[in-house]
Amino acid sequence: MKRRTLFAAAICAAGLTLAPAAFAQDVIKIGASAPKTGPLGGGGAMTHWPNIELWVHEINEAGGLQVGDRQMTIELIEYDDQTNPEIAIQNIQRLATIDNVDFIVTPYSTGINIATAPMIAQHGYPHITTSAATDGVAEFAQRWPNSFWMLGTATQLAVGAVEAFSKLRDAGEIGDTVALLYVGDAFGQEHINAAKPLLLEAGFDIVYEASYPFGTQDVAPIIAAAKAAEPDSFMAFSYPGDTFALTEQAQIQGLEVGAFYTGVGTAFPSFRDRFGDAAEGIMGIGGVNLDDPKVADYFDRHEELTGSEPDYWASATTYAGLQVLAQAIEETGSLDRAAVIETIQNGTFDTVIGTIDFVDNVNPNVWTVGQWRDGKFVAVAADGIAVGAEPVVKPAW
Amino acid sequence: MTQIIVTGILLSGTYALIALGLTLQYGVARIMNLANGETLVAGCFIAMWLFTTLTINPIVGLLLIAPAAFAANWAVYRVALEPLVKRAKNRGQLEVDSILATFGLLFLFQGMMLLTFGGEYFNYTFLAQRFDIFGSGFGLNRVVAFAAAVVIAVGLYIFLYHTRYGTAMRAVSADPKSANLVAIDVARTAAIAFALGGALTACGGALLSTFYTFNASMGVVFTMKALIIVIMGGVGDVRGAVLAAIILGVAETAVASLIDPSLTLAATYTLFIVVLLFRPQGIFGRPTS
Repeated sequence: MKRRTLFAAAICAAGLTLAPAAFAQDVIKIGASAPKTGPLGGGGAMTHWPNIELWVHEINEAGGLQVGDRQMTIELIEYDDQTNPEIAIQNIQRLATIDNVDFIVTPYSTGINIATAPMIAQHGYPHITTSAATDGVAEFAQRWPNSFWMLGTATQLAVGAVEAFSKLRDAGEIGDTVALLYVGDAFGQEHINAAKPLLLEAGFDIVYEASYPFGTQDVAPIIAAAKAAEPDSFMAFSYPGDTFALTEQAQIQGLEVGAFYTGVGTAFPSFRDRFGDAAEGIMGIGGVNLDDPKVADYFDRHEELTGSEPDYWASATTYAGLQVLAQAIEETGSLDRAAVIETIQNGTFDTVIGTIDFVDNVNPNVWTVGQWRDGKFVAVAADGIAVGAEPVVKPAW
Repeated sequence: MTQIIVTGILLSGTYALIALGLTLQYGVARIMNLANGETLVAGCFIAMWLFTTLTINPIVGLLLIAPAAFAANWAVYRVALEPLVKRAKNRGQLEVDSILATFGLLFLFQGMMLLTFGGEYFNYTFLAQRFDIFGSGFGLNRVVAFAAAVVIAVGLYIFLYHTRYGTAMRAVSADPKSANLVAIDVARTAAIAFALGGALTACGGALLSTFYTFNASMGVVFTMKALIIVIMGGVGDVRGAVLAAIILGVAETAVASLIDPSLTLAATYTLFIVVLLFRPQGIFGRPTS
């Protein structure tokens, strides 16, 4: 009796494990690994995860993707990489070999995308990065032909910042002197290396230059020193915590400049909420063109489903990267990864940030500088696409 | 120059708020609490929540946060840590066990905050206005946090050095076995010290939240800072922790203003090494026998 029960149970168990396999062909398994905790947990929660949620929700609501003659819904498998490249690599390996996912969506941040790129390439998945802004993209795209780079380069972003400053200077709105700050890591270093020669070339006079350690929020002495140099404009390649701290201190100490630019985090809606009217005229990395109905519609849908406004930089790009993946799968008409990679390389895709047509696996058209204007972070500098407005001088705090 | 000193002293107030709670927890209750930073971040979140949803001013909010944190930390000590204290054969074993246990608690607390608030960055505007000292502008929120740090440190000093119960607490810190012999309820005193330390840390978090941008996974940053200050000052000595906080605050500000802001961390760790080389027991610490 006992043995028979056991036998029956075994058959049931076998049936249970076999049953989903029979339906598996109508589900596309998509793997995601990105930070939910660790230093980049905040950025991931703001920019990355809500877009994946929105994308999966919208596709499944619409009945799934049309892959050849099959209608396939998406099943998402997600892991936290704890902002740790080692864990991120293990996650990718697990997604590829144990979960056997059909596709993998991009990890989050420049560093972790580069760290995981070899593992993603090894398993032959398309790797559409939407949160990596580095000057290495051309080289990376060549090294890993399965990888695509959508957020632009540090040089593009720096060129945009210097262009916006130059426009104000040439219009006689601000003088020549600039205070320059950067966070002491790869991000800050890369941007300063690109921006500094451009500023000098454009005839700016750098009256104060300093870097500070990653994670610094006690920036009173830095702003005091910058203020003592009496600059006409202020440019900082900073991360969210320090972006908020620098802005607050500049406001408190009364650092009055005609152009005030901070790095990552300026494009967060919480930046506007925190500084209110004082945010008006502040520039930073990112910006979108809300005059474009597609962008405006994306902002509405994002807010409706996730309950929060997207950030005004990489959010739209992240969603666009997912759109590229979905369109490439449908266009290929199969889950053959090599074929999908080829489609992405050669196709054009209609996304919320415009038409994406990769040139050597790099998307060349990006917004580079945004400026807070009446509660919206409007693109005032861009490479290859239309801006939302021209930069204006920042009013006094 | 005066601006450097004032900025530095304001920063030391922040550092004292980060470290005073851990001084009690490690010095008296002998729990090397690695979840200290999470307690602090929880204080940040609760202060923000009280302020943004119930418009309770964070300073008034301390009246709610302190007793709540005291009760929560009391419970944590009774449930999770007291069994370790009871079975530990010596101080070394308790230290290792408490490090492992609080390392686990760190992830539990962090996970709870992630579930409740999500992983995003948070901040809010409270007293973010200019306050003039000697003609230079400083954040009023930092000045208020500094004043609170002074009140807390002085209050703690009076409690520990001029009250009967405080003396008992110091006795437990110095030698738990002998304290037991003079009819001090060591277990209860340690639990109260741990709970009081947790309450101080949460209050520190509430005050810091008025000028820091924080998220659920930032606790470890504060734990690291607290560890450096507590070890530099001498384990379990409030005066040492305050002195270490002042040294670090002023030194970091001076280095950032006069040399280069990128060297602030280097300055911190250089001072830390110098203190450990010449006074391994910390500035006010007693040599271990």
